[in-house]
Amino acid sequence: MAKLHVSTTINGEPMEFLCEPNDTMLDALRGPLGLTGSKEGCSSGDCGACSITLNERLVCSCLMLAAEAEGQDLGTIEGMAQGEKLHPLQQKFLEMAALQCGICTSGMLVASDALLRKNPRPSEEEVRFWLAGNLCRCTGYDKIVRAVLETAAEMREAAQ
Amino acid sequence: MNIVTNNKWIGQRTIRPDGVDKVTGRAAFAADTVMPGMIWGKVLRSPYPHARIRSIDTSKAEALAGVKAVVTSRDVVDFPVDKSVMLGIQDMRWMCRNVMAREKALFPGHPVAAVAATSEAIAAKACELIEVDYEVLPWAIEIDDALKPDAPILHEFNMFEGKPSNIAGKLEIKKGDVAQGFKEADIVIERSFTTRPVHQGYIEPHACLVSVAADNKTTIWSSSQGQFMVRAMTAHLTGIPQSDIRAIPAEIGGGFGGKTIVYLEPLATLLAKKSGRPVKMVMTREEVMRATGPTSGSKSTVKIGAKKDGTIVAAQGTFYLQAGALPGSPIRGAVGCSFSPYDIPNVRSVGYDVLSNRSKVAAYRAPGAPIGAFAVECVLDELAEALKMDPLELRLKNAAKQGTKAAHGPVYPRIGYIETLEAAKAHPHYTAPLGNGEGKPRGRGMASGFWFNAGGESSAQVNITEDGNVVVTTGHPDIGGSRAAIANICAELLGIDYRRVSVLIGDTASVGFSNLTGGSRVLFASAMVVTQSTEKVITTLRERAAKIWEIDPDAVKWENGAAHPASPNAGQFEPLTLAELAAKAPQMGGPIGAGVQLNTEGAEGGFGTHVCDVEVDVELGIVRVIRYTAVQDVGRAIHPSYVEGQMQGGVAQGIGWALNEEYIYNKDGKVDNPGFLDYRMPVCSDLPMLDAVMVEVPNPKHPQGVKGVGEVPLVPVMAAVANAVHNALGKRFYSLPMSPPKVTEVLEAAE
Amino acid sequence: MTELRYFAPRTLDEAIGAFAAGGSAARILAGGTDLLVQMRSGAVKPGLIVDIKKIAEMTAIEETADGGFRIGAAVTGAVLAEHPRFGKVWPGVLEAVNLIGSKQVQGRASAGGNLCNGSPAGDSVPAMIAAGAVVTVQGPNGRREMRVEEVPAGPGRTKLKPGEILLSFTLPPRPPGSGDAYLRMIPRTEMDIAVVGLGVGLTLKDGVCTAARVGLGAVAPTALLVEPAAQALIGSKLDDAALEKAAAACRAACRPIDDKRGTIVYRTKVAGVLLKRTARVAAERALQNRGN
Repeated sequence: MAKLHVSTTINGEPMEFLCEPNDTMLDALRGPLGLTGSKEGCSSGDCGACSITLNERLVCSCLMLAAEAEGQDLGTIEGMAQGEKLHPLQQKFLEMAALQCGICTSGMLVASDALLRKNPRPSEEEVRFWLAGNLCRCTGYDKIVRAVLETAAEMREAAQ
Repeated sequence: MNIVTNNKWIGQRTIRPDGVDKVTGRAAFAADTVMPGMIWGKVLRSPYPHARIRSIDTSKAEALAGVKAVVTSRDVVDFPVDKSVMLGIQDMRWMCRNVMAREKALFPGHPVAAVAATSEAIAAKACELIEVDYEVLPWAIEIDDALKPDAPILHEFNMFEGKPSNIAGKLEIKKGDVAQGFKEADIVIERSFTTRPVHQGYIEPHACLVSVAADNKTTIWSSSQGQFMVRAMTAHLTGIPQSDIRAIPAEIGGGFGGKTIVYLEPLATLLAKKSGRPVKMVMTREEVMRATGPTSGSKSTVKIGAKKDGTIVAAQGTFYLQAGALPGSPIRGAVGCSFSPYDIPNVRSVGYDVLSNRSKVAAYRAPGAPIGAFAVECVLDELAEALKMDPLELRLKNAAKQGTKAAHGPVYPRIGYIETLEAAKAHPHYTAPLGNGEGKPRGRGMASGFWFNAGGESSAQVNITEDGNVVVTTGHPDIGGSRAAIANICAELLGIDYRRVSVLIGDTASVGFSNLTGGSRVLFASAMVVTQSTEKVITTLRERAAKIWEIDPDAVKWENGAAHPASPNAGQFEPLTLAELAAKAPQMGGPIGAGVQLNTEGAEGGFGTHVCDVEVDVELGIVRVIRYTAVQDVGRAIHPSYVEGQMQGGVAQGIGWALNEEYIYNKDGKVDNPGFLDYRMPVCSDLPMLDAVMVEVPNPKHPQGVKGVGEVPLVPVMAAVANAVHNALGKRFYSLPMSPPKVTEVLEAAE
Repeated sequence: MTELRYFAPRTLDEAIGAFAAGGSAARILAGGTDLLVQMRSGAVKPGLIVDIKKIAEMTAIEETADGGFRIGAAVTGAVLAEHPRFGKVWPGVLEAVNLIGSKQVQGRASAGGNLCNGSPAGDSVPAMIAAGAVVTVQGPNGRREMRVEEVPAGPGRTKLKPGEILLSFTLPPRPPGSGDAYLRMIPRTEMDIAVVGLGVGLTLKDGVCTAARVGLGAVAPTALLVEPAAQALIGSKLDDAALEKAAAACRAACRPIDDKRGTIVYRTKVAGVLLKRTARVAAERALQNRGN
């Protein structure tokens, strides 16, 4: 069986790749596309380390067939910073030590970014429930939640 | 040694050197690495809990197009069972059998063969074509089943009290005379406890990429807590000399002790050697849960006797811990740490290492100590209740301090246990009203804990670049932010801006021997060797300045990143900065740098006292932690954010262990919940903010006063939660996890 | 290496043709949040995957002329939540759909997939049952309707005939004074499969319950419509005695198993507890909708 050829847009750039029909988008990102920022923690949609956006919607790339990317718009961790300019969330995560080993961080940032774009004024509870699909074993989530809340506050201020 | 105070960088929340890569997805974890010509390895695993392997036929697998190599136990170096070969705390007899089954498959998931092929799919297909002739044997998983008189024996050669047994070891410590002590007690409480096996739960599965050239020169990229351990274990198990192996530590996505041994690296090395191609192996989550070492399930009995005024006069503990398929459960931690926060004249603590048909346990954050502390701290809580004493006051009354002879042997130097109790007592949490749970009872509990911590071998190099900045190479994988702390220390000592210090983790070819990342030792040990290396560099810099100024080196001091005359008598000279001296280095004697390799000593144990509030939905049996404060004696918080991070992470793991995490087995002896859906670790919405209070009682034996901090935070948690639940419901819990059906059962039994 | 084919048709006829031709090796792909997990674990090895997300009818949300809703089978929980009116009329159904998995999963998972996956614990099913939803399916032999509670056949199985594809859910118009709710018991706060899931839809007039439906999940091989529970509520003022009677009916309806998610004893008890809690929430909402 020949491989499938997929044309898609990732972080605003047109990209093409070859994949097997049963490859997930995570397989495609980490394999032929060389975008290893999205991580594989479980491949069953339970840990969120593979989080990306699909047409601006937060999804697990391990739960999407690579073939489904045809003609769609994907956003990955690699697209969060603009060159050397970090996204405010990335900067805040660094300042507030909202990461230790870093394996969940890509997914956490993509998920947090999706939250703030949808809800610029989340409460602590809203942040916690939004991020429930992103497992972290190192931090106990405390500094992550604080970093998201502080970034939200700063972004709201900057917008005024 | 002088404890440095009035610090510019030590104690600051600087941005970690490896941080930008981690927030941009660029950090290279083992599964992210690729090499030209790379092929994929997969493992064939036993479906049975216990089976003799009569034969393995790999011919069909080898014939499959795309398969480049197949290995079985024949390819792994044998370590005969009658001769112990130790590598640190691991015995190679067990490691070689853990990495691949030899005579028997000992748990479902035990590797029996491995294949390398040009794609993962082909490798997986090839595994299906390997024919293994198993003689299925009866099995035993739970401690009770493994200890029954007619229990299936895992290893006939393992003798205990003269006959083949599933007890692989016993450890006992004694102090005074417990029989006499209990006689003198006014009140004695004895209780038994059980805990289920739990997994470290690192989000990154094990992964490695290995390349072996035809002359045996081997390069290993892997996710591990010790590149020197990887090199040594791989050398032992493959026969390739250590000097031919270069083990490179990739960024590691969590370890907590679970990555202090190897699973894939020796197999990938053998496959790479046989195939002549680099081989990548990545575990699936299911493989991680089935086949890597979680920690022990346990059965403990603890008996404590006290006088009416609360003085503890005798304590006794018996701890059965599961080793899994091969010997080596952490009875040392259970036996040695459980009574250590207290000054008790009569103690007897015994541990038994129990074999059973499940994956061999691996270290998990203060191995053994959380299990022992759960039992002891719950009994102390009952004792306090019986004595009508505040549980914290009971601890204070019996607290160990400088000069106390610890239950596990040493006489304590200056320690900070009492300080943690006092800080907990003074903390607003301890006296805050519990508030109204709207029909859901609330309760508060506390517990303490201790962990040994470790020192051990460490190497570092501090080199000054030609443009006057600093590169520090250390030897331990960074699993908690140690690079940031090292940068803080080096910048402080040299008196330069933190951003001018680059900290890297060397591989086995580029840095001296360094023992594993574990035992809460990384910062303790690496700070010591980095400090000594930096001090040597500073001596060199002073000598260089002295030469330029033509004065005695003793007349030169190093301050704020420059050499200065030590006093007006030395002469009037403009300071010479690090950059200036670096620029002159070639003419002045050569490169400026120093390396130190040491077996570091002086590590002191750590203490924690935790306070926990819970709220219980009684009808459904659901316990939620609504407030948590962890107080810990941290020695010196070189980088406070990462010390807090260790405390918060340990607390979160302990809450999971207390409430919902457990290995569930089906009737065929297989793990029924080998994934994150049904192995229920805390998610973000399960937890409140976790307050971390750092008490600094500097370790007098360390240049910066550092004590290990990473493991203590897990030790008191389950008891703190259980004691809080008791406070809410008036019921004691002697079994973990306190999951909703279990809570409901306990509540209904009482009615 | 794989023999799998992926097909993303734009019309229903193409989808039905391909799906029917694919036989037992064909699978429908909506959000994929169950299918991909099953493929990864080897539980399912499809020969053909028919991706229905490009078919307009599958992803549409319509308000019907009589004031009801028709929701395409592949509509995701996230899209459903963004509809301006759906959540106001059917908060229980919306909650149920959006309790499936994580935010990431809700970005893809659909009520159609949840129903057709046939898990007895699927969160959306008890709420759809309580709502009185009717599903439209179409296959090679044409289109037909089924009551949603008629669809599940057992764990992992439905009563859809070979080649039939679920097209949409039709929810009836709500009389004034109606409310619905869905609650589930899970050990953590998120991310778990329901140990028990319970949906209640009811109508109150002058404080008296005039209509009710109770859907109960995860306590039997399929989700259940518990008519005796509804009967206990209808005609009552939802007083304690009526609620206890309905709770007892739910407990009696349980045929659960002991498994890694819950014991028989525990699940049975919880079914009763959830009935009372869910009915109370539905009643509060019904009171708020009095004037509508």
